[in-house]
Amino acid sequence: MQIALAQHDGRAARRSVIPGFGATLGIALLYLTLIVLIPLAALVLAAAGPGIAGVLATLADPRVAAAFRVSFGIAFAAALINGAVGLVVAWVLVRYRFPGRRLLDGLVDLPFALPTAVAGIALAALYADTGWVGGFFARFGIDIAFTPRGILVALVFIGLPFVVRTVQPILADLEHEAEEAALTLGATRLQIFFRVVLPALLPGVLTGMSLAFARGLGEYGSVIFVAGNMPGLSEIVPLLIVIKLDQFDYAGAAIIGVAMLVASFAILLALNLGQFLMRRRHGA
Amino acid sequence: MQYIRAGASLLAVVAVAALMGARPAAAQQSLLNVSYDPTRELYAAVGKAFAERWKAQTGETIAIRTSNGGSGAQARAVIDGLEADIVTLALAWDIDAIAERAHLLPIDWQRRLPDNSSPYTSTIVFLVRRGNPKQIKDWDDLVKPGLKVITPNPKTSGGARWNYLAAWGYALKKDGNDPQKARDFVKALYANVPILDTGARGATMTFAQRRQGDVLIAWENEAFLAVNEFGKDKMEIVVPSVSILAEPAVALVDANVDRHGTRKAAEAYLAFLYTPEGQELAARNFYRPRLAEVAARHADQFPQIPLFTVDEVFGGWRKAQATHFADGGIFDQIHKPGR
Repeated sequence: MQIALAQHDGRAARRSVIPGFGATLGIALLYLTLIVLIPLAALVLAAAGPGIAGVLATLADPRVAAAFRVSFGIAFAAALINGAVGLVVAWVLVRYRFPGRRLLDGLVDLPFALPTAVAGIALAALYADTGWVGGFFARFGIDIAFTPRGILVALVFIGLPFVVRTVQPILADLEHEAEEAALTLGATRLQIFFRVVLPALLPGVLTGMSLAFARGLGEYGSVIFVAGNMPGLSEIVPLLIVIKLDQFDYAGAAIIGVAMLVASFAILLALNLGQFLMRRRHGA
Repeated sequence: MQYIRAGASLLAVVAVAALMGARPAAAQQSLLNVSYDPTRELYAAVGKAFAERWKAQTGETIAIRTSNGGSGAQARAVIDGLEADIVTLALAWDIDAIAERAHLLPIDWQRRLPDNSSPYTSTIVFLVRRGNPKQIKDWDDLVKPGLKVITPNPKTSGGARWNYLAAWGYALKKDGNDPQKARDFVKALYANVPILDTGARGATMTFAQRRQGDVLIAWENEAFLAVNEFGKDKMEIVVPSVSILAEPAVALVDANVDRHGTRKAAEAYLAFLYTPEGQELAARNFYRPRLAEVAARHADQFPQIPLFTVDEVFGGWRKAQATHFADGGIFDQIHKPGR
């Protein structure tokens, strides 16, 4: 109901009741062109250098394919974990009052603020078989740092704030009346959570997850310290791009960069479409 | 009115351009030395000593700035426009790349200074835990099953390429110059490598601080630094029976020094590296000096072992790079995904 109203307001705005449409649109277009479009165009141009055959040859390399599997697979797994745990963290921070809540709230932003290389070094120290956590798991024969599991840990770390920060405001705005109404209608607590609260939160969770996923795909600084960087096993796409650059293969680096861009754009588009469908179902 | 305004803005543009373009001729000169990772300490010392000497000789003050980073990445920065007056990189190949791709210095730059334009050398040695628990004495010990060897990725690290070529050269010499056997040896060696760091410093940290692996293959100077940094009670250096003569190269970047008007200073800076004073600084920072008198003073620091060069065994960097480290080269082949 609420969402339908919001949509109605949006449509009204487009009929330019509010002045300044032309100026703001102009600024937005100029800004996006300068900041996003031109650099991306330069990237595509650099990638187009070697022609179709060169592009295909670069992407057909099994090592490149393996790196794409590693990057996309682990970024997706990390986004899933953050989706679930981030929701719980946001829930705790919004719904309950307890001592230290503000401190906990501040902690969520730390992965944003910390230079990623520092995060990588800290995680490597902690999760290596000589570290506290890594040493514990090593007793059961599970190595974390310097394996793909190390990449997962790093991506979960850097992705957490995205889900928490997108879900928090939605959760805060959620009206208690709907839950109370459900309660008076005899719904169980689980039913209330899954049928009333979760559907309202899910778009936010999905947005946060897709942000975390996109961030994880491009993450370089923290990952290379804990990954082990073995070709075909724990080598991420951004590292492969750096390797190509270090071999002065600018075109190869640009090709992999564009392929990554296209793939993540497609995935984000699919996620947005999913969200749109979900909204329509619940909003109608 | 319009014309006046246009004229005024044109004037402003010209004035700003002139301000930006003009370098105060009489004011302080400065040199930018673009170098690789482990030379931080060396070039800090060299810069200070050279500035003093320059002041004494010419009366001018000169500021030496040094930029450090991975050798390949530094070369790329110069190609992309970093205004280096001087490059001092881990291998001649990286300076070749600047000459070939950006034409900032002549292709035959390496012949302009003595000793292949490398005023100091180094070699590749092993770093092991204290007491050498795995009894690592020579290259053969590195391919023993179950041993963990730490060495960086030769695709991103100049030092790692020296490591790789040292192992390959050893195997060639041991097995009657059979490239197939050398390939098997290097393949077995890299099968023992669980982590590929992107740079030499990173690999040292992985070995020394994360305590990963049984042996680190490293620059001799880096190994000395690590032992000094982390303590002789933690690790020790093992010198193999034979290794490679690593020749880090130096050059002035002609196009840049001519634009900056710093050619004289840059030439003097590079010549300083070959003087007894410069050689002494190199030796104190664990690089092997070229000058015999300085080398004699530090003889007990640098064990004498047979050292082969890239030119002798691999026919130069260009060939070594194309055969071993280019995409699809031997390193890629022995590291097939899903191994």
